[in-house]
Amino acid sequence: MAKTTMIKAITQALEDELKRDKNVLVFGEDVGRNGGVFRATDGLQDKVGEDQVFDTPLAESGIGGLAVGLALTGFRPVPEIQFFGFVFEVMDEIAAQIARTRFRLGGTRKMPVTIRAPFGGGVHTPELHSDSLEGLMAQTPGLKVVIPSDPYDAKGLLTAAIRSDDPVVFLEHMKLYRSFKQEVPDEAYTVALDKAAIKREGKDVTIISYGYMVHESLLAADELAKEGIEAEVVDLRTVSPLDEETILGSVKRTGRVVLVQEAQRQAGINSQVAALIAEKVILSLEAPIARVDAPDTPYPFSDAETIWLPNKQDIIEKVKETVNF
Amino acid sequence: MAQKIDFEALKTISPSEIKPLQVLDENGKVIDPNFFPDLSDEQIVELFKQMLWSRVLDERSTKLNRQGRLGFFAPTAGEEASQIASEFAMEKPDFLLPAYRDVPQLVLHGLPLEKAFLWSRGHVLGNEYPEDLAALPPQIIIGAQYVQAAGVALGFKKKGAKNVAYTYTGDGGTSQGDFYEGINFAGAYKAPAIFVVQNNGYAISVPRAVQTAAPTLAQKGLAAGIPGLQVDGMDALAVYLVMSEARKYSVAGNGPVLIETLTYRFGPHTLSGDDPHRYRTADEEAEWEKKDPLVRLRTYLDEKGLWSEEQEEAYIEEVNDQINEAMKKTEQAPKQKVSEYLQNVFVETPPTLEEQIAKFAAKEEA
Repeated sequence: MAKTTMIKAITQALEDELKRDKNVLVFGEDVGRNGGVFRATDGLQDKVGEDQVFDTPLAESGIGGLAVGLALTGFRPVPEIQFFGFVFEVMDEIAAQIARTRFRLGGTRKMPVTIRAPFGGGVHTPELHSDSLEGLMAQTPGLKVVIPSDPYDAKGLLTAAIRSDDPVVFLEHMKLYRSFKQEVPDEAYTVALDKAAIKREGKDVTIISYGYMVHESLLAADELAKEGIEAEVVDLRTVSPLDEETILGSVKRTGRVVLVQEAQRQAGINSQVAALIAEKVILSLEAPIARVDAPDTPYPFSDAETIWLPNKQDIIEKVKETVNF
Repeated sequence: MAQKIDFEALKTISPSEIKPLQVLDENGKVIDPNFFPDLSDEQIVELFKQMLWSRVLDERSTKLNRQGRLGFFAPTAGEEASQIASEFAMEKPDFLLPAYRDVPQLVLHGLPLEKAFLWSRGHVLGNEYPEDLAALPPQIIIGAQYVQAAGVALGFKKKGAKNVAYTYTGDGGTSQGDFYEGINFAGAYKAPAIFVVQNNGYAISVPRAVQTAAPTLAQKGLAAGIPGLQVDGMDALAVYLVMSEARKYSVAGNGPVLIETLTYRFGPHTLSGDDPHRYRTADEEAEWEKKDPLVRLRTYLDEKGLWSEEQEEAYIEEVNDQINEAMKKTEQAPKQKVSEYLQNVFVETPPTLEEQIAKFAAKEEA
């Protein structure tokens, strides 16, 4: 047990799985000798060799095709897309190929692929690095979409993703890579891919969130507590498919819900969660379902991130509106 | 036997030197005995029979489609040398990544014919592949099979398997990004892949010259640093020679090869409403019909006394019986079930889908 950052927890999970199973292959742009642009794969090529950890030409669609072909020949590919804004180049391979291979072959083949990619705002990246595009993935049948918010979950969820025989898109928020440390077991462990986590218990209102917004939600909950409002914070962890049981259970207990995402209002996952709640527990609601999200523009120029990205204050305001409805 | 084709030299050849390789001329005469493939008379007869099988299958599939007994169908007549002779050079564990027109290769590679028919009709049973069938179903997204072939080939290389991944696209497909990425990745990893471009002159209605200013499609191999060569795609022995030599070269660890077959589809692009008379002339069609790959190989066999009209008639009857049998099985396939569809999405089915499965299963039982 040691305190570690999310990026180190991710490296640990990759190292454990590479060593445990020789069929696990890590590849992408600059993931080999360089150890990745964020050092997520730092030292892995030296430890397990170039056969298992290797660089690719600069072409995302080719990387996706490589993953499909390697999976068909018995490997467990863990490709990296350098920034998730570049997913458009590989949308066909992910959404039209990897996601539907098992289905189109009538269940006679599997696609044990884990696609890792960083995303997320607040670190002043250039264009198309920070966009939250999990909504595109979540709308694709056949994919599991996982977004950890802390080092413990990151290691356990990534280990589970790599061991899963289903394709998983594993999105890593850049602002969380090194922002804090957490106790993480040295040995390998898994966190279930279909379970949300209650990161703070509360009785007055449910805040449902994922990724970096979990932390803004927790900060908001601390301040709200000072005013006597006890917020329960649910971290979805897997944004598709949703853990309906945990979501609905919490909303039924509190009777109020605020959905928080970094993505634009028309994107992300909030509307899916809202529909689920409206459909299944509307009679438990004491106030309308509320949403915190970003404006419906393309991701902002980096200097405008602070006025564009949703934050703690937006969450506090929305919670108060909901509680005082 | 020494390699008949100098693949290494093809990596640096000037595009103007690229000429289609031929073994038989249009009268069925051997052009150069030094470029004759290692095939016995029996094997050549077998190759011809498979081409004839494909022609009969094409004719019958067209009729079955017109009767509404088959669905999506992309005609293959004219491309028998390109499709069948290339498949003939491959081995069972070699991995086939076909495009939507490459159903004959799939069946010869081991897909039961009724499954090919079920694929045409849009039935999941057509895509449930036997464990040992090294192939994917026909790819609808033009180019995707190319990047995936690079991956299969790299997988073979990593496993130390002495096999190739082989894949097909058309002339239009060479304009796709995935076409370049596929050949380039395979080249960078020196992976055992054979990329076939079946240049039949048209992508639906768009002529080959509108795709690219490049005088040949084979020369696109130069962009990836891999050998690219052109072959007379109406000459079965030439296609076989090039494919089998490329296979040997690739399996020996030398990397991928790009092969352009010059061919022609006698029929429309697909049977989904395409009318080739809008964009092709009768003269052009007549010119290509003279190059019919079956006629050329039949003439060769005839002159050697290896094939007769009686044999042909008997064999066609055999093929028709086989097609009737397969159609019978096709039409007996059970109705598809949404509950089974849902079960095929994931290996570990999430609770959200369990709920949908139960809902549909109840409906299906009622």
